[in-house]
Amino acid sequence: MADNFYNEVLIDHNLHPMHLHELSCATCSNDGLNPTCGDSLTLHLNIENGVIKDGSFTGVGCAISQASTDIMLDLVIGKTLDEARHLSGLFTKMIGGEISEDELDELEEAGALQNISKMPARVKCATLGWKTLCGLLDNYGQGGAP
Amino acid sequence: MSKVNFKSAVPTFEVYKNLVYLDNAATTQKPAQVLDAVERYYREENANPLRGLYDLSVKATDAYENAREAVRRFIGAKSTKEIVFTRNATESLNLIAYSWGNANIAEDDEILIAVSEHHSNLLPWQILANKTGAKLNYLECDEHGGYSVESLKNALTPKTKLFAIAQVSNVFGRINPIREFADICHKNRTVIICDGAQSVPHMAVDVADLGVDFLAFSGHKLYAPMGIGVLYGREELLDKMPPFLYGGEMIDVVKKYSATFAELPHKFEAGTVNVGGAVGLHAAIDYITNEVGYDYITRRESELTALAFDEMKKIDHVHIVGSDKAQEHHGIITFTVDGVHPHDIAAIFDSDNIAIRAGHHCAQPLHEHLGIQSTARMSLAYYNDEQDIEKFLTTLKSIRGRMGYGG
Repeated sequence: MADNFYNEVLIDHNLHPMHLHELSCATCSNDGLNPTCGDSLTLHLNIENGVIKDGSFTGVGCAISQASTDIMLDLVIGKTLDEARHLSGLFTKMIGGEISEDELDELEEAGALQNISKMPARVKCATLGWKTLCGLLDNYGQGGAP
Repeated sequence: MSKVNFKSAVPTFEVYKNLVYLDNAATTQKPAQVLDAVERYYREENANPLRGLYDLSVKATDAYENAREAVRRFIGAKSTKEIVFTRNATESLNLIAYSWGNANIAEDDEILIAVSEHHSNLLPWQILANKTGAKLNYLECDEHGGYSVESLKNALTPKTKLFAIAQVSNVFGRINPIREFADICHKNRTVIICDGAQSVPHMAVDVADLGVDFLAFSGHKLYAPMGIGVLYGREELLDKMPPFLYGGEMIDVVKKYSATFAELPHKFEAGTVNVGGAVGLHAAIDYITNEVGYDYITRRESELTALAFDEMKKIDHVHIVGSDKAQEHHGIITFTVDGVHPHDIAAIFDSDNIAIRAGHHCAQPLHEHLGIQSTARMSLAYYNDEQDIEKFLTTLKSIRGRMGYGG
């Protein structure tokens, strides 16, 4: 079952992550930790007028956490905070195995992680980036308007 | 080499014919003889033991106490008073920490533990030290996972009240010189506690030969069911220790405001005990000593370890943790693959039907000491065979390619 799991999309994002770098223009950041794998990342975002203008991540982790976070950033950069929250909800639905075909299309490359729902031990790896994003957005909302 | 096919005696491998099970240091698969004994107990002898007022209860009591006698003989203890049944090695070690530790460790005392210890032989001592104000010291291993007699001599002080170390590390698979360590400790009036979780299933262990004060091990790593474990303690130490848990079956007389407690070993076995587990442990001991034999177990596991080890050393980007000699890895080979996270390594093995462990193996301080975040581990039992090793090596060689690394 894990065999088709390490598909080309996942492997490519793990080996060549576009967004694994510091972000000098970041307006906010948040740390995420998955103690079972030792995955540890920091998410950096540049948010202006309720839109994620740019984003990156730093840290170390397994292929699933790294690739999932990189794919997530591809998706959410350019989106509004509400759109990012919506995508995060869809990702959670997908991991829970409850997503429709149409919804899966919205997730674009993140759909490559669909089979993680059959590997409970790795769910935390796949959701680490998204959870870190949600934590950041929640605090961002409380911290005042952009 | 293998005259008998011991694998076929394990029902798990009938159900999963293509499974390559190489996570034996985590838990072992159970021979049919063990499962049958447990079922027979529950079908034919089940009652609450140690009350003995009717025939069935006497049978249950006999089954339980016969298991204790089997364990006594198995590890060469002087008396069944020295054999306490627990849930597992972790509970055995906690029992020592709570009972002996609370009564004997005070501020200004020192506790020494090996840095390679499993969290089960580390956290009870860390908590005890924090609670009492005693100083916790670590005995550090060299880069090959070795501990020298000299290093222990240097680490002991007149204040060192206890030294805790595994006979075989669950990461390195290396045997520590427990007999020498016990002699050094006793000259220093230091109590030595040995975690036998990884040694007892794989080599003949005799507490008199080892000379330790306490030995802990788990049934489930010894081909017995989960939920039964053993604490061996020297009688004079156990005798002076207060009970660990209080309740039924461990009392002598209970009054409204005071109580006296049962004799050894029952004072440490509060509540209804795990007779089914003890019967399974008895059957496992009989099976591995009489039908498999420790000569066979150690020889077979050494052969298979060497077969895997020598090939692994030749694979580019694969690094073995601990000794560079196969004979110092007793059925346990911990490794890393460049550029591939151990959890991804384990997932790829899983996709090829091979079960291995990945992570920190409940030894985070050791990983910190070695400067690595996590590792993958394959571990053997007597029922593994050459085919298992070949499949393991084939997958191992393919991992970097499957993770997108060329060449």
